[in-house]
Amino acid sequence: MTASSSNLPNPPGPPTPSTTPAPPVAVRTPIWPMYRAMVGIGLACGILIVLAFQWTKPIIARNRAAALNKAIFHVLPAAKSSLTFRLEASGSFAVLSGKAEGEKVVYAGYDADGKLVGFAIQAQGMGYQDVIGVLYAYSPEQDAVTGFRVLESRETPGLGDKIDVDPGFLANFERLTVELTADLAAIVHPIESVKHGEKTQPWQIDAITGATVSSVAVAKILRESTAFWAPKLRPHLDDFRQGR
Amino acid sequence: MTSASDSLPTATDDFLKGLWRENPVLVQVLGTCPTLAVSNSVRNALAMGLATLFVLIASNAAIAALRKFIPSQVRMASYILVIATFVSIVDYAIQAISLDVHKALGAFIPLIVVNCIILGRAEAFASKNTVGRSLLDGAGMGLGFCLTLLLLGSVREILGSGSLLGIELFGPSYQDWVIMVLPSGGFFTFGFWLLFFNWWKKRRLGRAGRVAALTGAA
Repeated sequence: MTASSSNLPNPPGPPTPSTTPAPPVAVRTPIWPMYRAMVGIGLACGILIVLAFQWTKPIIARNRAAALNKAIFHVLPAAKSSLTFRLEASGSFAVLSGKAEGEKVVYAGYDADGKLVGFAIQAQGMGYQDVIGVLYAYSPEQDAVTGFRVLESRETPGLGDKIDVDPGFLANFERLTVELTADLAAIVHPIESVKHGEKTQPWQIDAITGATVSSVAVAKILRESTAFWAPKLRPHLDDFRQGR
Repeated sequence: MTSASDSLPTATDDFLKGLWRENPVLVQVLGTCPTLAVSNSVRNALAMGLATLFVLIASNAAIAALRKFIPSQVRMASYILVIATFVSIVDYAIQAISLDVHKALGAFIPLIVVNCIILGRAEAFASKNTVGRSLLDGAGMGLGFCLTLLLLGSVREILGSGSLLGIELFGPSYQDWVIMVLPSGGFFTFGFWLLFFNWWKKRRLGRAGRVAALTGAA
């Protein structure tokens, strides 16, 4: 890039005559205009993309934060305020102020009296064609997932993207049980996905017809995330009560 | 392609030919991949059509402006660079304007780069014509693409989901034809529209031919 761009200020004249006598077969291929066009367009396009990226980056970050905030109160409708908690190395939780990026965090929701109503937890996993990012609500009182929202997905439009809108599918998450064993170490019945219309147990997800892969992916994301978080959150609920 | 329009191309001609006479999808049968992929609902079709329209106008104008600067040996690589740049900018702009729209469109935006309508117009029109005419050509072709997507999208959404623009049409008793929102439904609908337009075109040509014969005889 640097070598060819340093050629740029040269007038178009000199390089062309010096290169044309060299090949034995006289194929008139002017090298300089090709260089000039490719390097020039490449540079201009690169600068344009960087400018667009730089200019939109803070706006996009703001939109993302607003969308996450909105999603937290969407999955925890009873919550009036929320706090971000970080999982410490000791297994306890502490309030995190500042950036949540790259940290293991949960969002605790509180009602008007400051009582803990539940947790909003971000999780992601592979979907049909790209990563699906979701936010779900976990209620330690009910031992259940009580809300669900897709934050980002590139699932097939009209099929897989129904995981965020299909009323029948979303009904799964009104109360999807993740009951813990007596020692609070593991989940008794891990969340699983079953064929549409075959849901019999409260820990099963009724899949969407024509979007089996996406439904199974959602079940896997929730299964893995709840298996990680529920046994960590349940013994430490006091950390969150003290937060207020 | 009639000889009359070749010898005397007007501004309206540059614009209107993309809508009907040289419609990119129904007549040139280009860009069928995005057409089939995103026409399963009206909202998707409209958003994809508008994003493509913008990229087509911008890339046509840029390529027409640069047409004397780009040697023919590297023209394809240059066109792809220009088109990919505009697509990236559209991607960032949509994210900045509304994350919800981006959520709905995320999967399609990269598809615009490989939409052969855009490369086709760059090669067939913008590389040989002025910026003004290329702008009109891009707008016409883009709108033609948009309209075709809407034609397919409305049929597929009405039959496949029983709704139009997300508004329920037939009530809860309607049994969705799930196949219409699946890829195979796209092929059925596309085939149906192609058949219809070819039949209509033939009928019009036949009528015009008879009129010409009559007036010629008289």
